[in-house]
Amino acid sequence: MVTKNSVRTATRRWSPLFLGPVVAAFIIGFVWPFLQGIYLSFCNFKTTSNAEFIGLGNYAEAFADASFQHSFWYTAATAVVSLVLINVLAFLIAYMLTQSIKGSNIFRTVFFMPNLIGGIVLGYIWSMIFDGILAAYNTSILLNTTYGFWGLIILMCWQQIGYMMIIYIAGLQAVPEDMLEAAKIDGAGKWQTLIKVVIPNVMPAITICMFLSLTNGFKLFDPNLALTGGLPFIIQPDGSTINTTEMMALNIYNTFYTAGAASRGVAQAKAVLFFILVAGLGLSQLAYTRKREVQQ
Amino acid sequence: MSKNLSRRTFLGAAGAGMMAVGLAACSSGGGSGSASGSSAASGGAGDGKVYWLNFKPELDEAAQSLAAKYTEETGVPVKVVTAASGTYQQTLIAEMDKSEAPTLFIIGNAAGVKEWGDYAMDLKGTAIEAELTTDAYNLYDAAGKLVSMGYCYECYGIVANPDLIEKAGHKMDEIKDFESLKAVAEDIHARAGELGFDAFVATDMDDSSSWRVTGHLANLEYYYEEQDSGAFDENTSEITGKYLPNYKNIYDLMINNSLVEPTALATGGHDPSTQFTKGEAAFFLTGSWDYAALSEAQPNVQMIPYYCGVEGEDKAGLNCGTENCWAVNANAPEADQQATIDFMVWLVSNADASAALVEQLGILPYKNAAPSTNGFLNNAADYSDKGCYVMDWATNYQPNVDQYRAALVSALNAYNSDQSDANWDAVKTAFVDGWATQWAAANK
Repeated sequence: MVTKNSVRTATRRWSPLFLGPVVAAFIIGFVWPFLQGIYLSFCNFKTTSNAEFIGLGNYAEAFADASFQHSFWYTAATAVVSLVLINVLAFLIAYMLTQSIKGSNIFRTVFFMPNLIGGIVLGYIWSMIFDGILAAYNTSILLNTTYGFWGLIILMCWQQIGYMMIIYIAGLQAVPEDMLEAAKIDGAGKWQTLIKVVIPNVMPAITICMFLSLTNGFKLFDPNLALTGGLPFIIQPDGSTINTTEMMALNIYNTFYTAGAASRGVAQAKAVLFFILVAGLGLSQLAYTRKREVQQ
Repeated sequence: MSKNLSRRTFLGAAGAGMMAVGLAACSSGGGSGSASGSSAASGGAGDGKVYWLNFKPELDEAAQSLAAKYTEETGVPVKVVTAASGTYQQTLIAEMDKSEAPTLFIIGNAAGVKEWGDYAMDLKGTAIEAELTTDAYNLYDAAGKLVSMGYCYECYGIVANPDLIEKAGHKMDEIKDFESLKAVAEDIHARAGELGFDAFVATDMDDSSSWRVTGHLANLEYYYEEQDSGAFDENTSEITGKYLPNYKNIYDLMINNSLVEPTALATGGHDPSTQFTKGEAAFFLTGSWDYAALSEAQPNVQMIPYYCGVEGEDKAGLNCGTENCWAVNANAPEADQQATIDFMVWLVSNADASAALVEQLGILPYKNAAPSTNGFLNNAADYSDKGCYVMDWATNYQPNVDQYRAALVSALNAYNSDQSDANWDAVKTAFVDGWATQWAAANK
């Protein structure tokens, strides 16, 4: 006879078999490299298997690095501006496409499609587009930090608006009809309905979209590499450089691969700081926005 | 040849991974295929094996087939993996960490010696050292250990198309120094519309081409400094930039007498090599590795020195050197080291094998290797025969080479868009002060 107890015992007995592969893969592919990465940030190393522990020196150097500080502020600016633009535009497009417009399905597909193209490819395509235009004015996106900044913002919007739009559309379609109808009967205008009824109801979608675009903004790497690669640089009097359009991920990559073996530990320390920053920001933002969601 | 780590070549990185996997699969397939042969023939071969991490993509095909041939002849398994263009450093870091690390790899310059010297065995007194014809292309560490040895060398300079120069009413013999080069180039540029070709191809500043000026052309400055203050080595912590005006001479000549406006060089994409082979311009900065491709389309191509306006430069020759230096893994088992050295000796002394390598590499500085077929390297030899000085590759000592050159690219981009003194001062800062800063960073 099958009792509740025997099912539970069987589950307990066999669960390692089913969980095992996933847990093992997770440990091998994520937990172990992550822990080793943290360890290496306290080391001086050429290859990862041959590391020498040196304590906090790498962190001190990372904090003192002017190019890393610059990349932090540049990344923060990019993330904030793109967060606002992407979400406002994505919400507007989603709102338009949930009104009954002819061919709204085609529009949804078209807006979503840029998201399917990889960041490197997008970077090169957009660098050609921008330079095609800027060449007429005898300049290039590689020569001007402002162009580099807005170029990247345009690229990010183009890539991510479609994706966020899909999430917003799902949220908008889930707003209960009866609430909208009640608002209408009570004499609410379009604007009031949007602010007082629709937005509180799509707050879960807003939460997830803000979370995604903020972390996307901070973690951005490949479009940054392909579009400007950090150019133009400010050549400082001592000959060192500040790469004016370099975001944090690219700064870490360049420190690891181009600044010589002596800097690999520093790059690792920067990567750990970067993780703490992104994780912290993402979680606190999630917690803050969660509070504002309404329960349906 | 410069292998910049770059955003352009990053594209190749994904491909590199896949290629490495593919090659590994190929070679392990080959390995298992020959395993039966190897057990049959292993009597004299010992049980060493060879893993060659190759750094020249253009050599890959030849290397793979030579490896297969060697395995067939001797039963020693040889695995060849080629890093995709511009990704050698990443591939080496990853491969060196594995239990089956490369036994034969590349340490091509002073930075490489600093970084990987500990991983290289001393090649002094080995059978492969006995095969060398010259010590000129070998790399030693501070303690005098023979870390790596050149297996080929290359030369670079200004490639000229004599047919076009004659068409413009000039002769190759006219060009003897900077003044004469300038006269010819400016004349051609002034009459470009009428002639149907221009003086210089585009000096693109994207990563596929910027090394021509940030690496190779810069060598003239370093070389003449060396003549004043002694040869550069890995302890050269700073430079004076005394000959930077000479660098500027030739740089200005190039960008201002070109098919492409200087302001359009930053993003690149003009494919200078094709411009040259199509006969659109008469001068092109490149090296001996391009000989086969260029001479196919323009059979009379010649290479001339970097004439830049220094005194006595009518005696200048080409820039000869190499970044292609073999190192043997010090941490590999002794049997593998021996097998690797045997394989190296076979590569440079077997008639067929060395001929196949010469076809790809131009020349092998080994006693029993096949003779060179490369016109540019023959030009280099001609200059030497005439008593001209060879300009060695002081460029190889650029500290933290990727960052150093990236800063130069940025400064030169700004200068290209506006050729002002202030912008040239930034180039100078990146060139001279950048050297000291990067040296300090690399040697902390």
